[in-house]
Amino acid sequence: MQHSNTQDTLVGLFVASGLVGLFFLAMQVSNLSSFTAHDSYTVTARFSNSGGLKVKSPVSAAGVKIGRVTAISFDPKTYQSVVQLSIDKQYNTLPNDTSASVFTAGLLGEQYVNLDAGGSDDFLTEGSEIEITQSAIILEKALGQFLFKSAEEKK
Amino acid sequence: MTEFLQQLGKNTHTSFTKLGRASFFLLQTLSGILSVLARPRLLLNQLYSVGVLSFLIITISGLFVGMVLGLQGYYILSDFGAEETLGVMVAASLVRELGPVVSALLFAGRAGSALTAEIGLMKATEQLSGMEMMAVDPIKRIISPRFLAGLLSMPLLAALFSAIGIIGGQLVGSGLLGVDEGAYWSQMQSNLDFKDDIINGVIKSIVFGFVTSWIALFEGYDAIPTSEGVSRATTRTVVNSAFTILGLDFILTALMFGDN
Repeated sequence: MQHSNTQDTLVGLFVASGLVGLFFLAMQVSNLSSFTAHDSYTVTARFSNSGGLKVKSPVSAAGVKIGRVTAISFDPKTYQSVVQLSIDKQYNTLPNDTSASVFTAGLLGEQYVNLDAGGSDDFLTEGSEIEITQSAIILEKALGQFLFKSAEEKK
Repeated sequence: MTEFLQQLGKNTHTSFTKLGRASFFLLQTLSGILSVLARPRLLLNQLYSVGVLSFLIITISGLFVGMVLGLQGYYILSDFGAEETLGVMVAASLVRELGPVVSALLFAGRAGSALTAEIGLMKATEQLSGMEMMAVDPIKRIISPRFLAGLLSMPLLAALFSAIGIIGGQLVGSGLLGVDEGAYWSQMQSNLDFKDDIINGVIKSIVFGFVTSWIALFEGYDAIPTSEGVSRATTRTVVNSAFTILGLDFILTALMFGDN
């Protein structure tokens, strides 16, 4: 096989387009662009029931995504679910009496942690704990309560 | 009965000796890679015949696979009112499975068979032994550059396949069927992870590139040096590569996506 400049160009073109494909997958298709760019700080929240919350579930405030859940564990002493929230450094002005609740996006959507800002002058920092939490609403529980209530009313 | 046992024993024996020869061949090939790096020209030629010439079939197949995924995905997802998640479905199935697997199968058919035929013919026409006579190591000169070219081309081709497939899915999904373009991309981005999905797909394609090049080169090198022998070796390359790719894909998927 003889060497030619056209061949070099074509090989170069091939390698370049392959790399562009990889870059496209990394930036456009996956979430690489959206969450590695910023530093973050971690706070914990204790829920009596964290429902269907998963690692990597979003953390949002006022409907805007500001972080992710990084770990969920069970505390065998208090029987609570301990959830680590990693929040983007640029949102470091959340008051330390912010409350956290587990909500569901839509009827069948995934569960996420919603933060409601409080009124304190001190801010949440690395390692601080969110005191006020509201557990996930378990559909079966809510339905059970509703049925129980309507049965009571009929009497 | 004795004949059957004898046959079984003979088959076991031949397949194990072949496996042994193949492993030894792989070791030689790998040790020849360093000398390829000293002569990038050899590698460049092979990148052309292995990679560039497979470019067209990979891109066109990728486009059509993506378009079909978009179409079928839309029909099924719209039954559940979930056609916004079309992007996730197309991208996840392409990046995790179809991209590496289908491009590896096409690669085995397009480049693997050509490699086997080329090397088998070199052996049949005694070019390889001619080289040895001139004190040129055919492994270093012929085999290793081709192996390295296959190993490098495969991840690039698989990435191209996936990328073009995703664009094809978007063309059909939002161009033809009216899925919202923003939802297509944003759902995809929020549900696909760089490490879990993209990197694992790339690892898969590297593994497939490795085994396909290995099988193709070994079958050529090990072919019976007649025209019939070469034709059989070429068939074996395609068949064995397909089996190995699909089998390995199952194992890799079980290892990679098990805890999700």
